[in-house]
Amino acid sequence: MSDTHAHSVSYVRDTMLPQSEPPAAQTGAIKWMRESLFSSVPYTILTLLALYVVYSLLAGFLPWLLGGVWTTANIRECREVLEGASGGCFSVLTERWNQLLFGIAYPQDGYWRPTLAFALLFVAAAPVLFSHLPRGLLVVTGLYPFIAFWLIWGGTIAVPVMALIGVVGGYLVYSRLVANSFAAGFFGGILAALLIWFIGGYITAPLEGVLALEAVASRNMGGFMLNMILGVVCVSLSLPLGIALALGRQSSLPIIKLICVVFIEFIRGVPLITLLFVANVVLAYFLPPGTNFDLILRVIIMITMFAAAYIAEVIRGGLAALPRGQYEAADSLGLDYAQAMRLIILPQALKISIPGIVNVAVGLFKDTTLVSIISMFDLVGMIRGPILASTDWNGVYWELWGFAALLFFVVCYGISQYSQWLERKLQTGH
Amino acid sequence: MAENTKLKEVSDKVAVSIQNMNKWYGTFHVLRDIDLTVYQGERIVIAGPSGSGKSTLIRCINALEEHQQGRIEVDGTVLSSDLKNIDKIRSEVGMCFQHFNLFPHLTILENCTLAPIWVRKTPKKEAEELAMHFLKKVKIPDQADKYPGQLSGGQQQRVAIARSLCMRPRIMLFDEPTSALDPEMIKEVLDTMVELAEEGMTMLCVTHEMGFARQVANRVIFMDEGQIVEQNEPEEFFNNPQSPRTKLFLSQILGH
Repeated sequence: MSDTHAHSVSYVRDTMLPQSEPPAAQTGAIKWMRESLFSSVPYTILTLLALYVVYSLLAGFLPWLLGGVWTTANIRECREVLEGASGGCFSVLTERWNQLLFGIAYPQDGYWRPTLAFALLFVAAAPVLFSHLPRGLLVVTGLYPFIAFWLIWGGTIAVPVMALIGVVGGYLVYSRLVANSFAAGFFGGILAALLIWFIGGYITAPLEGVLALEAVASRNMGGFMLNMILGVVCVSLSLPLGIALALGRQSSLPIIKLICVVFIEFIRGVPLITLLFVANVVLAYFLPPGTNFDLILRVIIMITMFAAAYIAEVIRGGLAALPRGQYEAADSLGLDYAQAMRLIILPQALKISIPGIVNVAVGLFKDTTLVSIISMFDLVGMIRGPILASTDWNGVYWELWGFAALLFFVVCYGISQYSQWLERKLQTGH
Repeated sequence: MAENTKLKEVSDKVAVSIQNMNKWYGTFHVLRDIDLTVYQGERIVIAGPSGSGKSTLIRCINALEEHQQGRIEVDGTVLSSDLKNIDKIRSEVGMCFQHFNLFPHLTILENCTLAPIWVRKTPKKEAEELAMHFLKKVKIPDQADKYPGQLSGGQQQRVAIARSLCMRPRIMLFDEPTSALDPEMIKEVLDTMVELAEEGMTMLCVTHEMGFARQVANRVIFMDEGQIVEQNEPEEFFNNPQSPRTKLFLSQILGH
């Protein structure tokens, strides 16, 4: 540094600057409108154009919605009441409300059963979805599948109780054997559960009348209830199966890896609707004659496998996104494979995968309407079949499909909002 | 390789013994005929150019890398492919990584208590007391409830050291613990390591911090091309290097 520059270059700060407030925020609605709606001539034109489009849409829609008729018995009465004025025939919703929700054949005095099961679903799901709730509530979650089955399908309570005993027995055997080897625990547990169910079949047969609700056959399930059953069961089964498949695909054991890769690639490469046709028709050829393999169960298996294959790939993405160092740190602390996966790898991989998993879950829930093609009367099946085909309501399209869309939207938007909340909650960075 | 008799005074007990160890990545011969005996209480600094296999060497000691030939014995247990054996060795050997590798979804305290609770089956309360003890030791007890993402690099590395110490390891491995740190933070990590060394912990450090080597090491090992080229006490190693490769290396890292 030459002396001539010494004056201008050398500088010593003697006081450090304290933090100061940002310039007084320029807030207010008018300020906002000027900046984001009318900042220039083209923007102003676009804003006015958009306002006009919104106005004309609402001008058509609102009178139809607000001027709708809710109390007539059929479409002809509805049109008479309207006298050519704009308005929706929403009376189809009130008149066919129970059919839309529960299908045609569900016993009318039993509507409280699926409704109660639906209400309990929130109690059962709460401790899983919100980790700050007391852990004791998980008991409800564990019992819920058995209670819900009993409520919806009816029959003696002995059957779900025996199923529960089988699960508990299987778990006990698993926890005893798992210390020796995971394989022994896994297969031992499954064997024990199967054995209990097999023996239980003989025990529950004579107990037919014990605490029995009127039994409802699977073919009598319908309406939005069927979509909810398929959606909830398949989402909750496909997530653990998807995790297992994703881990299996990463496994260093070649046979497990091969099975998982083949399963994922095959199921993913086939349209869901073909799987449903297989469930409906073809599976009957492979089963021994005379076996009555429940149709809903077959459909649940197919949708679950389909969704699990997708979820497995989503989670594999999450696993791949984790830095190698996380695996190494877990290893270097002496954690075994199961501990490392459960405590370190999966919590992070699943967090990364949340948007993808929700994507699959939302898609799966909407795909449950495909069962209407294999002549099951879910919400879409009900609308397409019994309701629109009846002379009473032939021609009421907007109201029915709008209602179906609204129901699905509410559920899917709820799932989406929950997942965004969960992502924010799991954010642990700055 | 003749063992320097003075180094043996640390202890007669062998902590790590590596005999004729060879390792390949595919066909690339990354470690060649490694013979190394580490005595309890010894502090060894491993230096060398990048790609010389020094990180791979210490990663073989806790089986993060698999060796194909030779014998590694850690604290009396021979490393084999038996998983239980490997987990046992890993719980006796602590390791610090260049990029800390803290678990970002757990708090600092949970990072430290995880392994004691799940591997050592320590009761939670006891594990937390232990963790706070070591967090105090590395001088960040007040950060216990934060997440790793909220800490500076130097603090994270000190947490990583505390996390390893919570397992009460008999041997500590350091894989370039200061290479990813800002200059201001290197000192706080090195101070922690010096303190650990003064307490008699057996340490193997891969590092370029030659000041640290002079201060605490009782042996410096120089590696190149997958081989141990030279090893000596720090004074001799720095003032009187024998091999031309060592001389070149030292002139390059100390010259500027």
